[in-house]
Amino acid sequence: MVKITVDGKVFEVDPNNNLLQEILSQQEDLPYFCWHPAMGSVGSCRQCAIIEYANDEDQRGRQVMACMTSPREGGRYSIAAAAKFRAQAIESIMTKHPHDCPVCEEGGECHLQDMTVMSGHTYRRYDGKKVTHTNQYLGPFIGHEMNRCITCYRCVRYYKDYAGGKDFGPQASHNHTYFGRFQEGPLESEFSGNLVEVCPTGVFTDKVFSKHYSRKWDLQTAPSVCAACGVGCNITPGERYGTLRRVVNRFNHEVNGYFICDKGRFGTGYVNSDERIRVAMTRTTRDANPVLTDPAAAKAQLLSLKGKAIGIGSPRASLESNYALRELVGAENFYAGVSDVEFGLLNQVLDIYQNRPVNIANIKDIEDSDAVLILGEDLTNTAARLALAVRQSAKNLAKELAEQAKFPAWHDAAIRQLAMGRKSPVYILAGHATRLDDIAKKVHIASAQDSARIGFAVAHALDASAPAVSGLSEAEQALVDSIAADLKAAKRPLIISGTSSLEPALLNAAANIATALFDGDKKANLALTVPEANSLGLALLMQGSSNTLGKALSSGKKTAIVLENDLYRRAPSAQVDAFIESLDYLAVLDSLQHPTGEAANLVLPAATFAESSGTFVNYEGRAQYFYSVFKPVAPILASCKWLTEGKKTQEITAQIAALLPNGEVLNKLTPGPDFTVAGMRVPRQQHRYSGRTAMRAHINVHEPKQEQDEDGILAYSMEGVPALKDSTVFNTPWAPGWNSNQALFKFETAVGGPLKQATVGEHLIVANASSKSWYAADVQQVSGAGYRVVPLYHLFGSEELTARSEAIQAKATSAYVALNPADAEKLGLGVTDGVQVQHNGSVPVLLRDSILPGSVGISVGLKGLNFQNMSATVELNKANDWQTPKDWRSSNIIVSDKRDI
Amino acid sequence: MLKAIGKQLYVLWSQVVTLALVFTHLFKKKDTVEYPDVMPYMFPRWRGRIILTRDPDGEERCVACNLCAVACPVDCIALQKTEDENGRWYPEFFRINFSRCIMCGFCEEACPTHAIQLTPDFEMAEYVRQDMVWEKQHLLISGTGKYHDYNFYKIAGKAIGGKGKGEARNELPPVDRRSLLP
Repeated sequence: MVKITVDGKVFEVDPNNNLLQEILSQQEDLPYFCWHPAMGSVGSCRQCAIIEYANDEDQRGRQVMACMTSPREGGRYSIAAAAKFRAQAIESIMTKHPHDCPVCEEGGECHLQDMTVMSGHTYRRYDGKKVTHTNQYLGPFIGHEMNRCITCYRCVRYYKDYAGGKDFGPQASHNHTYFGRFQEGPLESEFSGNLVEVCPTGVFTDKVFSKHYSRKWDLQTAPSVCAACGVGCNITPGERYGTLRRVVNRFNHEVNGYFICDKGRFGTGYVNSDERIRVAMTRTTRDANPVLTDPAAAKAQLLSLKGKAIGIGSPRASLESNYALRELVGAENFYAGVSDVEFGLLNQVLDIYQNRPVNIANIKDIEDSDAVLILGEDLTNTAARLALAVRQSAKNLAKELAEQAKFPAWHDAAIRQLAMGRKSPVYILAGHATRLDDIAKKVHIASAQDSARIGFAVAHALDASAPAVSGLSEAEQALVDSIAADLKAAKRPLIISGTSSLEPALLNAAANIATALFDGDKKANLALTVPEANSLGLALLMQGSSNTLGKALSSGKKTAIVLENDLYRRAPSAQVDAFIESLDYLAVLDSLQHPTGEAANLVLPAATFAESSGTFVNYEGRAQYFYSVFKPVAPILASCKWLTEGKKTQEITAQIAALLPNGEVLNKLTPGPDFTVAGMRVPRQQHRYSGRTAMRAHINVHEPKQEQDEDGILAYSMEGVPALKDSTVFNTPWAPGWNSNQALFKFETAVGGPLKQATVGEHLIVANASSKSWYAADVQQVSGAGYRVVPLYHLFGSEELTARSEAIQAKATSAYVALNPADAEKLGLGVTDGVQVQHNGSVPVLLRDSILPGSVGISVGLKGLNFQNMSATVELNKANDWQTPKDWRSSNIIVSDKRDI
Repeated sequence: MLKAIGKQLYVLWSQVVTLALVFTHLFKKKDTVEYPDVMPYMFPRWRGRIILTRDPDGEERCVACNLCAVACPVDCIALQKTEDENGRWYPEFFRINFSRCIMCGFCEEACPTHAIQLTPDFEMAEYVRQDMVWEKQHLLISGTGKYHDYNFYKIAGKAIGGKGKGEARNELPPVDRRSLLP
């Protein structure tokens, strides 16, 4: 730490960071554009100019850019003395900025507006003509309004350098510089949505949000957790006039940092969907039309099933809802609502985390790793945010080189020049080419079983006491040696695997490698992805019980309650049909209509994540509490409220805390239901929230009482202490003069560091094993006639709920199979033909070079094919009378090895 | 004793003078306005009934920017943005709850397009309070109101139907992004 003086104030700052970052960390206001905490400095916008004085006598000083300067011991600086220069710089930036603010989606949360006001430039003196640009169509997510650009280069630095996108860049020169694609078309990156937050002005805007736009101050928000995958990114959804309008990133340095993926950002349209279940319904027989039922009577019916029914839980319902169902039906009648294979894998993940000497890697651990091995996981499609983090880990070699060359770590452009494309080693073993292949040192395409064998061999190469495998080919052995050498040399090695390959041996292999890297002192990083928002929560709640879904379907019980689950996505269709047929009474609680609900005798409208509170447990076993953003329209209720009698959500949380080992951490997630600041609850609405006396006036001019949240803590109101004064429940960043999301630094202990008060979640899993033990290197090879099935996941479309959002549907496609061109030729298939998949109808074919001969990639979760119906191998035939489904859009499948002709 | 009598006389005199003064008003000009038979002159900048105006081309001036709503101290304005097929923003609904409005004129001051204006009309009383909730169809007039020439989209850079990029006031034609020439 060094001591510096800024305008007479003395600060202790970190000399390894740049001066801008450190001044902001001290909560001082200093304008900037091009610098971003996650992307370092390039010094292109000239906004953070300050005066540096040579010594105490120096009166004149020299102007430096704070973001390109390291603080020096005893340095004396002035922000105020360079104010005139900054005003001039912004005035010249503004000469070509259009007169657009009222019709700009960024208005009111615009970093450019804030900085212009802060620098004191108020009156336009320049009367020359403004430079204009044409816009591009950039797909269904991102709007483009190039006139507003201030050429800070943040978009390119994010999209190309940070997120690894290849279809976007700067064009033209001088004050004509243009940022866009070479040709119009959808942005390919799965992280394009962050451009909206990265761009300091309104060049890139959220197109989905714009369709039902509302200003930032008009959005009712609450701290929430993304329900779209197992990573559990923190988000801030915003509501207006009773509908969910948008989702933005909520900073959590251990889970998602500054960025989220496009599925999380644009995939919440289902909350407003016409397919929502909005009333309680009953059916006397399976085929009868549903009858509208009084909610109270429906609830009484549901509760009367206590002790008589079996309950099927859900990996996408909160811990509270699952627990409430478990209480209602009794633990012995509570079954896991995931496929049997998946349930086995989830228990295995828990076993590895609990009993192996590994460090469960969070996003920071992943970004800091200097050697990564990905075992059988298409990370971009199964846990997208982790893929973005792995991309950052590949840059650690550059950082190391910079350190050797005595370059500061924030010097972004210089470090990239120094590295010249050299990267930290990333190995990918997968069944097909993935979107991370461009940063990989070696991509090895193999079946999950062969990948597992290689994994076991790597563990053996690292530690001779680990079980060995025999029969590796020469190429495989070379790969094993290379991986083992790089992992051994690394200071912070990381193994990533997960459940998506549906191969238990793969998880065992990953565990063995991480165990082998444990040297009795330092644990290796291990991240095992899980499919859904609360997959691990459900597995924890099952407490090692053997109540699999398969057992539920063949239990012989006549009454069942299904919680937020479509069984047709969990088990073979025939098995579910038989189960439903065998039942006398089926009750379903869910938010969207689906085939299971359509066969139910009792259907209850459940709230989505946006309308309910609860706890999700992510891939690390991190429990995170999400708050309801707005009150659902009656009779919609959170599942846990349907299943219990007048209990607050947190009372259920407390019961779970008592049940689970280490469960007491759950009580730390929220400040408690009676929490108030200055006698008031935390407001969900900002202090500028408008229209309170007019928004419901067309229904009745007499204003109703403010909606009450019986769960406490937050209020559906603008009354209360603003977040800045007490950020225990961190909602939306805003600070005086900082209306954009850049206000975040006011809430951080230091830029990029943890938030001052808000929770980062609590680890439910205690990983304190400290002795080595090994899984046997047994790999069950797949046998059987036909093609070996490789599951293909899609960020857009594979997840059940987000796939029902309009924006996601525009980027998704219907079900298909992917084949190696050689196999396709054998079957006589062309790119426009269809394939008959055993007894499951016909789907289009996609030719991919990376699919191994003898294997077939089968899309998971996409419309038109139930993946659960697939066995390990399937027979394929050319479809007769083939007609391409209208939802088939191969252009939405972005893979490098696709053969279009 | 004398002092007391004098005081009584003074009171009496004062009554007479007052009566005389009132009597003289019979011959003075009336202050009372025979409203509603005689309408008072209302100054153009009087802050009365709120209207939404149109630009000189006859299009809605309101771009649904929400600034009036946020400026409103009693929060009596609610609106929702939508846009036409060419990207022009306009309000899907625009509602003012006049039973809450205090005619402060902040909305007019906040409006960047001169869309919302206050007029000299003050006759807004209703027997039913619900009738004081006005929607866009009630607020929107067909003229330009007090400001005749201003046309926001002729100055803004955003392209709308009938005005492409570079066609607004003081704009250069769109740049050729494939050219590196100065």
